[in-house]
Amino acid sequence: MHRSSEVKHVASYLNTRGCECFGQPCESHCPVLTDRTIHVQLKTFIKIRVKPDRTGVVTDGVKHSMNPFCEIAVEEAIKLKEKKLVKEVVAVSCGPQQVQETIRTALAMGADRGIHVEVSGKDYETLGPLQVSKIFAALAKKEQADLIILGKQAIDDDCNQTGQMTAALLDWPQGTFASEMTLEADKLKVVREVDGGLETIKIKLPAVVTADLRLNTPRYATLPNIMKAKKKKIANVKPADLGVDVCSRLEVLKVDEPPQRQAGVKVETVDDLVGKLKEAGRV
Amino acid sequence: PLKPHPQRNGSERNPGAAPPRLPFSRVTREDLAFFRTLLPGRTITDPDLLKSSNVDWLKTVEGNSEVLLRPKTTEEVSQILRHCNERNLAVCPQGGNTGLVGGSVPVFDEIILSTSLMNQVITFDNISGILTCQAGCVLENLSNYLEERDFIMPLDLGAKGSCHIGGNVSTNAGGLRLLRYGSLRGTVLGLEVVLADGRILNCLATLRKDNTGYDLKQLFIGSEGTLGVITAVSILCPRKPKAVNVAFLGCSSFQQLLETFQCCRGMLGEILSAFEFFDASCMSLLEKHLKLTNPITESPFYIVIETAGSNATHDEEKLHKFLEEVMTSSLVTDGTVATEATKIKALWSLRERVTEALTHEGYTYKYDISLPVEKIYDLVQDMRGHLGDMAKNVVGYGHVGDGNLHLNITSPSKDPALLAAIEPYVYEWTSEWKGSISAEHGLGLKKRNYIYYSKPSEAVALMGSIKAMLDPKGILNPYKTLPDNIH
Repeated sequence: MHRSSEVKHVASYLNTRGCECFGQPCESHCPVLTDRTIHVQLKTFIKIRVKPDRTGVVTDGVKHSMNPFCEIAVEEAIKLKEKKLVKEVVAVSCGPQQVQETIRTALAMGADRGIHVEVSGKDYETLGPLQVSKIFAALAKKEQADLIILGKQAIDDDCNQTGQMTAALLDWPQGTFASEMTLEADKLKVVREVDGGLETIKIKLPAVVTADLRLNTPRYATLPNIMKAKKKKIANVKPADLGVDVCSRLEVLKVDEPPQRQAGVKVETVDDLVGKLKEAGRV
Repeated sequence: PLKPHPQRNGSERNPGAAPPRLPFSRVTREDLAFFRTLLPGRTITDPDLLKSSNVDWLKTVEGNSEVLLRPKTTEEVSQILRHCNERNLAVCPQGGNTGLVGGSVPVFDEIILSTSLMNQVITFDNISGILTCQAGCVLENLSNYLEERDFIMPLDLGAKGSCHIGGNVSTNAGGLRLLRYGSLRGTVLGLEVVLADGRILNCLATLRKDNTGYDLKQLFIGSEGTLGVITAVSILCPRKPKAVNVAFLGCSSFQQLLETFQCCRGMLGEILSAFEFFDASCMSLLEKHLKLTNPITESPFYIVIETAGSNATHDEEKLHKFLEEVMTSSLVTDGTVATEATKIKALWSLRERVTEALTHEGYTYKYDISLPVEKIYDLVQDMRGHLGDMAKNVVGYGHVGDGNLHLNITSPSKDPALLAAIEPYVYEWTSEWKGSISAEHGLGLKKRNYIYYSKPSEAVALMGSIKAMLDPKGILNPYKTLPDNIH
């Protein structure tokens, strides 16, 4: 494993997976198709529809977008490059043709080049964290990456597994749920958001970091950079080229919508309220 | 030389302030008993509950109504008006109370007739896209309803979370999508209106084409509740675009902004759905009061361009070609693009929340002016020079694509000297360029007496005749829209 005193490049994995998702209005990280639906916010949202055969949700004609946590990961990588702590930022995404647009967004934010790992059709539908982390581990070795930054989880499946599995496959240390990261020589100081508060750890490079919400605020890609990004290269690679078998070990049995929310009942008086509560056996 | 102003009658009172109370009856116990029987639980007389309906959104005008009525049906509205007409009681129809010219709140003790409980969708035809609904439906709720069915409302404004469609129609609201879908005068197909004497006028047609007699609904659209109370609306809704993109651009001069608009029209053509601008002063207020971030480098002018179409690839290609063109020709100094909903919303909120940011500066004097597009910013610069230190901020923003400027002047508190410096200067300036002193906000209370700056006296006289015919006792939204000297 090639290591240099200066971190050579940072690979940022962009989640593009579709998912079994439920028609709830989205808040910060509720299950919504990430790269296939318009990210729903509060009152305006695309209705998520379960396919009639109940094997998944309808993804046809639904727009892809970068997973918000992955966007934060890209931003962090670019910040490191701007501070000259890192030489090159490579944006990677696995999926069909459409993911190229997501990679272009990362390039427009400032990534140097992209890698599109082509996975489409049935393979894409069953693509999950295990296969992705295998692809990623293989790429990291091939590209001689020193640091991998990913979003902590995808907001469509909420798995929160890819970063951890990638680190395990590579036998690299991991700093997950990062809300702060500082490069100190060949070590990385990571402040992690955990249930009890904040935990600070120091890990040796090469390492895997997963980005949490408060790590940074992603920049807007400005026009001059969007224009420049058009000229940046996106390489195409197949999982087979990396020696990875994308066959899934999981079988989705069925996908259902959550139970319909029942309308509330309005009552005129306190007596009515007590009566209704008694009826419902609540009192 | 400016046009002589026919309204001047030697009165020293501020033309925007309330006139003396007209001799309407006052509400009695018997009236209350009638209302309470007709609308049980929906006749509000509690002063605390009435407070918010007595004050406008800008908190600049306040009435003293003691009765707020909440009918649910057209029949109830009819009975209310029949009673009020017989008793010579003045009525102030009220929707979402988001109007900016003091037209939606009582001036004195007018009875407030609220549409808030008339919020049912009646029908929606997803082939023709024709929606019929009650007048009290909140615009945003209608948008959500339609979006689930793959359609959208033909209008959109910052007040969407509160405004009612009935209010939108009676003020002929414009908004952000007018550039693409036209005004309510084109998209409203029919209305149900209750007249001053309680007669129900059912012109709730759902036909795209109907040339049978005079088009009465056009009288009520934009009449600001002075000719009748709109109780139901049928409106033609466009299909929801499959692809929406927003570009946020910075320009170093207004001239370049206008050239960008030309270029935009040419290259984006039929997919252009909005072209809005705001100046650097607005951006500072957004940053200061709402903590919003400027997505691009600081510029004198900012443009928000929205495209809406049925094919994402086609639209993005057109948009990118346009952006490349305006960047390479240096018409635009910086910019960013959003294709996905959260980012689109974030970029739009910069334009949509300027009004909100201004409210944090103290007192805002608002002017909604239509001018020849090339003159729009001249008015802002001229006002800055004219007012000097008297004003805290003089900002310009608005629907530049429609030739509509929102000129806003702030001061820490209400300042009569500042007002005297602004008016009638701003109206005379507008009149000189044959503009409108109220492009979309209407006249309400505040601007009623300035109507002559934009309409000839013969026209205003005819308006008076129509009002006298439809509302002989003048009980519908008195003191609004028509000038005081019409009586």
